[in-house]
Amino acid sequence: MSDISRPLAAQVTELLLRRARWSPIEIAFWLVAASTIWLFPARHLILTEICIWALFALSLDLILGYAGIISLGHAAFFGLGAYAAGLIGKYDIIGEPALALVASGLAAAGLGFATSFLVLRGSDLTRLMVTFGISLLLRELANKYSEISGGADGLQGVEIKPLLGQFRFDLYGHTGYAYSLVVLFVLFLLARRVVQSPFGLSLQAIRGNPLRSSAVGIATNWRLVAIYTLSAGYAGVAGALLAQTQAFASLEMFSVERSADVLLILIIGGTGYLYGGIVGALIFRFLQDYLSTLTARYWQFWIGLILIAIVLVGRDRIAGWTMPLRKLADALGRWRPGRPSATGGKP
Amino acid sequence: MPVVLETRSLDKHFGGIVAANQVSLQIQKGARHALIGPNGAGKTTVVNLLTGVLKPTAGQILLDGRDITRLQPHERVRLGIARTFQINQLFGDLTPIETLGLAISERLGLGTDWWRIVGSKSAVTEEIVELIERFRLGDVMSTRTAILPYGKQRLLEIALAIACKPRVLLLDEPAAGVPEDERHEILATVAALPQDVTVLLIEHDMDIIFSFADRISVLVNGALFVEGEPDAVARDPRVKAVYLGEAFDA
Amino acid sequence: MTILFDGIAYGMLLFVLACGLSVTLGLMNFINLAHGAFAMAGGYITVVLVNRLGVPFLLGLPLAFLFGAALGAVLERTLYVHVYAKSHLDQVLFTIGLVFMAVAGVDYVMGSSQQFINIPTMLQGQFDVFGVRIGRYRLMIIVICGLLTVALQFILASTRFGSRLRAAVDDQRVARGLGINVGAVFGLTFAFGSGLAALGGALGAEILGLDPNFPLKYLIYFLIVVTVGGTSSITGPFVASILLGIGDVMGKYYVPTLSAFVIYSIMIVMLLWRPQGLFARASAR
Repeated sequence: MSDISRPLAAQVTELLLRRARWSPIEIAFWLVAASTIWLFPARHLILTEICIWALFALSLDLILGYAGIISLGHAAFFGLGAYAAGLIGKYDIIGEPALALVASGLAAAGLGFATSFLVLRGSDLTRLMVTFGISLLLRELANKYSEISGGADGLQGVEIKPLLGQFRFDLYGHTGYAYSLVVLFVLFLLARRVVQSPFGLSLQAIRGNPLRSSAVGIATNWRLVAIYTLSAGYAGVAGALLAQTQAFASLEMFSVERSADVLLILIIGGTGYLYGGIVGALIFRFLQDYLSTLTARYWQFWIGLILIAIVLVGRDRIAGWTMPLRKLADALGRWRPGRPSATGGKP
Repeated sequence: MPVVLETRSLDKHFGGIVAANQVSLQIQKGARHALIGPNGAGKTTVVNLLTGVLKPTAGQILLDGRDITRLQPHERVRLGIARTFQINQLFGDLTPIETLGLAISERLGLGTDWWRIVGSKSAVTEEIVELIERFRLGDVMSTRTAILPYGKQRLLEIALAIACKPRVLLLDEPAAGVPEDERHEILATVAALPQDVTVLLIEHDMDIIFSFADRISVLVNGALFVEGEPDAVARDPRVKAVYLGEAFDA
Repeated sequence: MTILFDGIAYGMLLFVLACGLSVTLGLMNFINLAHGAFAMAGGYITVVLVNRLGVPFLLGLPLAFLFGAALGAVLERTLYVHVYAKSHLDQVLFTIGLVFMAVAGVDYVMGSSQQFINIPTMLQGQFDVFGVRIGRYRLMIIVICGLLTVALQFILASTRFGSRLRAAVDDQRVARGLGINVGAVFGLTFAFGSGLAALGGALGAEILGLDPNFPLKYLIYFLIVVTVGGTSSITGPFVASILLGIGDVMGKYYVPTLSAFVIYSIMIVMLLWRPQGLFARASAR
């Protein structure tokens, strides 16, 4: 490489690697999250709920935020994961909950793989309907085979063994919360790795311009199948977490309301930067709590209003409001004490 | 010179409309082959057929003698055909670095890598740098493509195709929409393409054609009309008639 | 045979409910998931008019239509118009938000239990025709919906408004270029479609059940009608509705536990086989 190119190469490398670097805000966030295990024992039940919604929304972000697939039926995978974990627990098929979790996730991923081919074709409306239809189908199946699923009453008699043979799932949700948070963190790390990889970049390209993507040699369909499968697996794990921490599974877990709620959560938090699911879940859950104290059963009304407001104001514009925060995060990320910047001082 | 890209009686019908009519084209290795014709003649259709974006109603496409008619667009790219689009088809949210990095990674077979971080492979970074320097995109390399000025986008459009290191490059009106003073940069880039890369160029600008092409095919109403060396085609009265809209006897 | 008759009645009801959605989608490429909310509004206003204010049922029906049309017109001009140009995702989010508001709002005002409209006695019960039991109410539905369908087809095919509408559905830009006021066409059409949905809701309360969950419960049926029937004609959704109606009723009768399963599976298969719908023209979006 020529002498002129070397600093340029360093600059390019730095710019690319910077995308993947952990910003101090991120590290602080996870430290704070971990500390809640010890600091807020009274809130563990609601925090567990938030973790589960966050994981579910994260799974949706993988396909919506990164690959551009609109789904109104993601609860299909959530519900499948929940019932899988519930049934595994009830019939003691796998004793260790963590393994059962993995198995449930794999089951959901399997369904995701099988149905991914249905989502590749057609317009947005077609995809919407196909995903919606699949979740309705699963709900009907669970309803029909009520001898197995418990039907409208839900899956009864689920017993979850102690985690790792040691930690009992207690009534206060302490074990449940630590478990859920760890699972969320691990899966988040994996997702982070995936979206920062060349594969992740290709997904963003496919979302932005599928025509050009195939014109640079990307086999778009297989990439979409892969991310859809992964996303389904994540949603299944979220469902399994719910089933395990509550020792219960119900038809509602397949419902269109749940699919709509997770879409809403992701939109509130923002798509395409992985933290949207977590942010959205936090806001949603606290909003739900707050609105419920105001209007008991009708908090959905205000949620609907917020959703309409978000759309009318414009998601781009709202993202623009958070720009100062992100610029700050960026600037913090570039700061390295003591070492001269690779770009020669210019940010 | 051997024929590297060939079509045999290529037809494309859209309902009652004949967009391509028995097009039999032979492009030789290393050629600078221009495809010209009035608006609506079907030039972009031919490129779309060659790249697999459109499926032909009839006919064959051969690359180095191998039938590629049934292959998907991305498979043809892997065999060495790349193209640019008449209207920029870029990734609005990605920066030029990311865009080029994407194409290079794909070509090197790293596209399915879901674990490594983009930017960690120096082979990729070196190629990105080489292209950025060649196409003088250094000052905009980390800007979102959507907000780049048109001329820079056009350069990126071509750079992206080059990043695929094609053996056959299809350029669809590379200078389209580019202001006069920036045209020369595009042209210089096109002229500087390595000799072993075969180029099929669609253009309207006759100066570009005559300074660049060593062979011209004229397409009218989806059918090949006249073919030959630039001087011969320029002198052909039938070509002039077609461009000026006069009736001609086929 | 009664089942066939019931299925036809159900299908025609679905058609009246869903055709507004079909035109909206075809005209503005707008996915209106809140369409069912207008139907629900029609049902509930009829409950109020007939049960509480003593308005005769047959008068309540056109009033429901007008209510739905007015509601549609107001919402279209104030809210929907800002969302036309937005992405499909935004449209989905917006209309889901509307559904949430409608469902919660109706729950608050009218309570969550199922509502029944007081049907006049002459429409109750059945009679026999050649050994086939014909329900009076369902017969009325077939008559009313049949007349509406004929009227719609007439408007579309033989009036100037109809040709403007068809032009705008075919190619919006060209239609605008010809001087057709696409905005007005759309506003009127949306209002009319919402009115029809409201009428369908009023008619359907007896058969489909009226409760705050109506919009989400029947959303999939409307979507099936629209995607299978296509958006470029009246006949497409009409045939699709009839088939769906007959299929659903027969399914519930012969294979009760599996019927919904069968419907959804067929829908998915259909969507994959012909993404533009069974009846759409080849050039449909």
